[in-house]
Amino acid sequence: MSQVAPEAIPVIPRGVRLHRDEVREQWVLLAPERAVALDQVGYAILSEIDGTRSFGAITEGLAEAYAAPLEQIVADAGEFLRGLMDRRILEEA
Amino acid sequence: MMDGTAPMDWRAEGKRLGIPAPIAMLAELTHRCPLSCPYCSNPMELAQRSRELETENWVRVFQEAAELGVLQLHLSGGEPASRRDLEDLVVAARKAGLYTNLITSGIGLTERRLAALDEAGLDHVQLSLQGTDAGMADRVGGYKGGFKRKMQVAEWIGKIGFPLTLNAVVHRQNLHQLPDAIDMALEMGARRIEVAIVQFHGWAMVNRDALMPTKEQAEEASRVVAEARERLKGRLVLDYVPADYHSDYPKRCMGGWGTTGLNVAPDGEVLPCHAAQTIQSLSFDNVRDKGLAEIWYRGAAFNAYRGFDWMQEPCKSCPRKAHDFGGCRCQAMALAGDPAATDPVCVKSPLHADLQARAQQFSHAPDAELTYRGQPGK
Repeated sequence: MSQVAPEAIPVIPRGVRLHRDEVREQWVLLAPERAVALDQVGYAILSEIDGTRSFGAITEGLAEAYAAPLEQIVADAGEFLRGLMDRRILEEA
Repeated sequence: MMDGTAPMDWRAEGKRLGIPAPIAMLAELTHRCPLSCPYCSNPMELAQRSRELETENWVRVFQEAAELGVLQLHLSGGEPASRRDLEDLVVAARKAGLYTNLITSGIGLTERRLAALDEAGLDHVQLSLQGTDAGMADRVGGYKGGFKRKMQVAEWIGKIGFPLTLNAVVHRQNLHQLPDAIDMALEMGARRIEVAIVQFHGWAMVNRDALMPTKEQAEEASRVVAEARERLKGRLVLDYVPADYHSDYPKRCMGGWGTTGLNVAPDGEVLPCHAAQTIQSLSFDNVRDKGLAEIWYRGAAFNAYRGFDWMQEPCKSCPRKAHDFGGCRCQAMALAGDPAATDPVCVKSPLHADLQARAQQFSHAPDAELTYRGQPGK
């Protein structure tokens, strides 16, 4: 059971942005008073968010691109995005 | 570099020394401020206006900070809006690649200036709150009409759509307003509220009798915050700085001395924390003389309390030492007279029982007159 509904459209709100941290050689999500270090999976999920695509479409795309089981992607991405939503770093359209 | 040698590779030097790059920088652009809060975190000796860094100094410091690994820039003061070049500084900081957070009382911001800051690329605003009504806020801030003005600014911030954090500084005289402050944050559309019980350094120390919360108030505040966190999950994020005189373990100050963040004072002195100048045995480098990376990795003040070698007992053999680094060095200085001592807030400090007794005493002192912070000279 995913923590984000398939039809939900995740949105990166104003004041939150992806940033390439050249010093630490990683991607980070910069937000008010927070810098969230992203692993490859986290970056892959967030870079798919464009404010129009649904969670379902995003996870299907990722499952295909990484030849991974959809169920697993939905569970992991759902948990990750829900955590960001709880911290007001991500919103739903 | 004048002798033809290659420029220093500070990233490699940091790795060699095992010192992480800083994530956050607090730029205290000025000590000038229309308010004069009796718990101001600026030092007792305020930097004169004539000694403030020029625009071009700050621009260079922002570039050096980004190269050093800083991600988050907090533009603070004093009141940063007292600097006429604030908008230009935001442009420069964004150009350097920094996330820009404006820490303001709102006084000095107009609708037009906020629009200019929006244009400049300002990422986030943190608005301070001295009280939830004009009577309390204007008395604590020492500025008549300030609350009304702040509410107007909050409305403009909302209209532009800046992400907003409300920063409620609470103490014995206004802790009963905490639930109202949380409601106010919701009404303003803030994403976050920081509830900070006054920490006793500098000006706040002078006002300890008037501001120290009672133990009951401190416990009530923790309850209110815990309840609101649960109730408002996903709507409002609550950050909380508890009353540490009433705690049993000290706070992990600055995320660890010289590991996470640095402060640049208005005159260019670089500090490991905003209160570090209270430790008189330390000497500080200035960005006018040295690059920021050299100061971070080699500066005596930053290296003074890095790691564990400086520790004494009971910290030295304590399993918590990597968690809280023995607490706050400035508090150890203020309360134990030794910056390398265990923070007396810690239950393992020989001074702990005495501190708790004194905290109890301060919190029951009759409400003394507030001593307002002064203004820096020209």
